[in-house]
Parts: sequence; C-alpha cells; structure tokens
Amino acid sequence: MSIVLDGVAKRFGTAVVLNGVSLEARDGETLAVIGASGVGKSVLLKSVVGLIRPDVGTIQVDGELVTELRRQDLYNLRRRVGYVFQFAALFDSMTVEENLAMGLSRVPGLSLAERRERVAESLRLVDLEGFGAQMPGELSGGQRKRVGLARAVAIRPKYLLYDEPTTGLDPVTKTVIDRLILRMREELGVTSVVVTHDMTSAYRIADRIAMLHAGRIRYLGTPDQIRASDDPVVRGFIDGRPELMQEPVT
Amino acid sequence: MMKVITGAWRAPAAWVGRSAVGTAAGMGRFGQFLAGIGHALTDVRTWGPALVAQMGRIGVASLPIALFIAAFTGIVLALQASYTFTGAIPKYFVGVLVGKTMLLELGPVLTGLALAGRVGANIAAELGTMRVTEQIDALETLGYDPLAHLVVPKVMAALIMFPVVVAFANAMGIVAAWATALNLLDMTTPEFVRGLRLFFVPFDVTYSLIKAASFGLAVATIGCFFGFTTWGGAQAVGRSTTQAVVLSSMVILVLDAFWAVTLL
Repeated sequence: MSIVLDGVAKRFGTAVVLNGVSLEARDGETLAVIGASGVGKSVLLKSVVGLIRPDVGTIQVDGELVTELRRQDLYNLRRRVGYVFQFAALFDSMTVEENLAMGLSRVPGLSLAERRERVAESLRLVDLEGFGAQMPGELSGGQRKRVGLARAVAIRPKYLLYDEPTTGLDPVTKTVIDRLILRMREELGVTSVVVTHDMTSAYRIADRIAMLHAGRIRYLGTPDQIRASDDPVVRGFIDGRPELMQEPVT
Repeated sequence: MMKVITGAWRAPAAWVGRSAVGTAAGMGRFGQFLAGIGHALTDVRTWGPALVAQMGRIGVASLPIALFIAAFTGIVLALQASYTFTGAIPKYFVGVLVGKTMLLELGPVLTGLALAGRVGANIAAELGTMRVTEQIDALETLGYDPLAHLVVPKVMAALIMFPVVVAFANAMGIVAAWATALNLLDMTTPEFVRGLRLFFVPFDVTYSLIKAASFGLAVATIGCFFGFTTWGGAQAVGRSTTQAVVLSSMVILVLDAFWAVTLL
C-alpha cells in the first residue's frame, strides 16, 4: 500500500498553490518533497491526511480515497498515519507523557499498562527516556521535535509524514533528527513523506526526491539523479541560485 | 443593463461590496461551525470527561469577579432608589426596586458582560493560540474531533455555569443592598424584605436564569468560533480575542432585549 496523489489542485482565494500534483510514495520508501518556502509543500502534506481538502484531484492512502472519506472513516485512517509538525505542535498544557498518550487513547484494545509501555518505548526510540514528566515549555527546539516524532510513532503508524523536520535546528541536531527518520524506517518499516527545503537532509534520508515548483512536480528522481540534474529550476534550488529559477514567460 | 460605478463612488462601493461578501462568508462559516458542534455533541466519550474541568474554569473561577460587581451594584441600587423615592414613595420600595432590577436586569446582564470579557477572551485566546501553533491540527491527526474535544465542553460548561454564577450574583447584590439599607438608609430588615416580596413572582428567577443560560451559550460559542477560525500569527490571536469580546457583548444586549420582548 502507498500514498498516491493524482491531479491534486488547491487554491486559496486567487492564489493557486497546487496545480495538478501527481505523485506516489511507494510502500516502504522515504520520499522527500523539496521546494522553496511558500511553494505549497505543507499544503500538500496536510492534504494527505485530510486537514486540507483539495479543490480537484484524488489522494489515496493505504488504499482509501482520503478525498471521499466520511469524517469517522477519516479519523480511523489517521490512526495509521503519523504526522510530525514543523514546530512539533505539542499540547503545551500537558506533559510529554500525556502528549504521547493522547493518540494512544484512541487506539482500540490497548490497556492502560500497554499504553504506558508504548509511551516509554516511543520515548526510548527518540532517546528521550526520563523526559516524560517534563512540560513542552521546558524542552529545547530539538527535544520538542523529537517528542513530536515520538508522539507520531506512538500509535505505530504505517505511514509517517514529516513537515520540515529539521528547520530551525543546528547542524548537529539536524543530523540527530535525520538519523531518527532513518531509524523509524528501519525499526518500524514505515512509508514516509518528508517535506523539506534542507538539501543535506533530503540527500541523507530520501530514497527519491520530488521537487515542487509553481504548483506542480517539477522533478522526481533519486538523490544521485537530482544531484546530476541539468534542469535550471532544480539547479537553481539546490545550488541556491534564484536567478536560474526565473523562467521566461511564454 | 448593469450600471458600472465609476469615479469617487467606486472605492466606497467596492468597500460595501467586500464587506457584504465578507459578512455573508462569515455567517456561512458560523453556520458550518454550529452544525459541527451539533454533530460533535453525540461524541460524549470525548467531551464528557473534560466537562467538569471546564465548569470549574468557566464558572467557579468567575465567581469572585461576578460577586464583586454584584455587591457594588446592590449598594448603588439601594442608594439611588432611596434618593429617587425620598419624600414621595414609602422607603420599603427600595426593596422592590433592588429585587426586581437585580433579578430581571442587572444581575444577568452585568455578570454576562463581565464574563464576556473574562471567559470569551480566555476561550478565544486559548483556541486561537492552539490554532496558530497547529495544536488543533495535531489533535485531528491523532484521531480526535477538535470540536468534541475542545469546543463542546466549553459551550456546555458555559450553558450550565452562567446561570449558577448569575444566581450567586443576584443573591450577593440583594444582600449588599440589604446591608446598605440597614446601615446607611435607616431601614429595618422587615421593611426591606417587605419591599423585596411585594411584587416578587417566582418567574423572575426563571427569567433571570434563562437569560444567563442564553448569555453563556452566546459567549462560549462566539469565543470558540473566533478562536477556532483564527488564521495567522500572534496578531490574529489578538484580533480574534477582541472580536469575540465585542461581538459577545453586543449579542448579550440583543438577547437581553429579545427576552424582554418575548417573555415579559
């Protein structure tokens, strides 16, 4: 099973953000979606879990059409999808443990003891044992991201969606997060979509990289292929040369 | 044939048009929001456990400010009644005016307006912050209906607790007026109570509590709506909070008139 987007379009007012995006994250792979800030990467990711409804096109996750699901079926599907938010989006009135337990209380057939064990196990996965009683406000940026990741994986999802997981972090913490993303794939076998504009991170974690530009997928290939690409827009982005990304109006 | 507006009228006409479309769109969103609350009401498993905590935050925590306002309102009512009636109407009418005015008008309305500031602003700021920091989206991704988890407990708590707070405020206002009558107006307790009971009908209490419940429903629903639909950053949270308080206060006054027309 995989994540398949077909002809997805979304506009906000007069601004066309997505304009016919077709893309597939294959079973077990890590797909990075790169692109400049404001190009619609987060909109794309939120559309996958039904937080934003596209105007046109279909999105299929685990064989189910997200765009057609009724509210309750959508909530059921979300139990199979973990979402890691750009700024972690931790519930700031709850402890780290309570944050992790939130999703677990929606998993049927899980006893209280099993929930506690799952919380501890998930904190171990992100190397944050002993942080359960802390409040989100007491954590550093990197720790918050790791708690966000632990919360997403606590429900043992089949799919993981990462929204800018390394943005705003120092290089060392970025590497730590990248290694965690790789570890999630190895230990949990999840299919992942990672939205990022950090090329170092994309090269490190992705099996394939898709570049979103002007509302469409401009390029799709392996990290080696994208490194060797001669597409001026792709080159302009990965080399940080905006002048290459200005296409002539035809 | 459609006439095109040109010249000096173009900008004001465009503003009126934009405002009309914006208002219609806002009402549409509010309608959708109410429908969502209606649907979320069936999810008792989600909102039930949060209800008691919200009743404490919205109701019990509001008692000090409500009692403070009611006490001073009672004192002023007694003094003004005495000032107005002196030499023309028997003194025990102070009790009539205090009882009727506290129960029918000032108890529920002043408490409602104070709580529109305290509770409405609190709800809008809390939900607005949760929206802009993606905590509401996070709830959704964890399989929660945010309306059932965040909104319904607040609305239900306000619906239940506003009448309780108003009942205490009414009592405090009357007690403060009685103390004032005894100490500053040379009245006796039997005189004051005689006035209080003279035109009293039990419906006065019912009327007061119906008003309070409707104010609670309005303040919580409007606060939740503006918080929930916040879009942007810190400035947007501030704007939502202000809008929630202003609109709640206006709706309280409109409801006040509505109940007077329909129930009295």
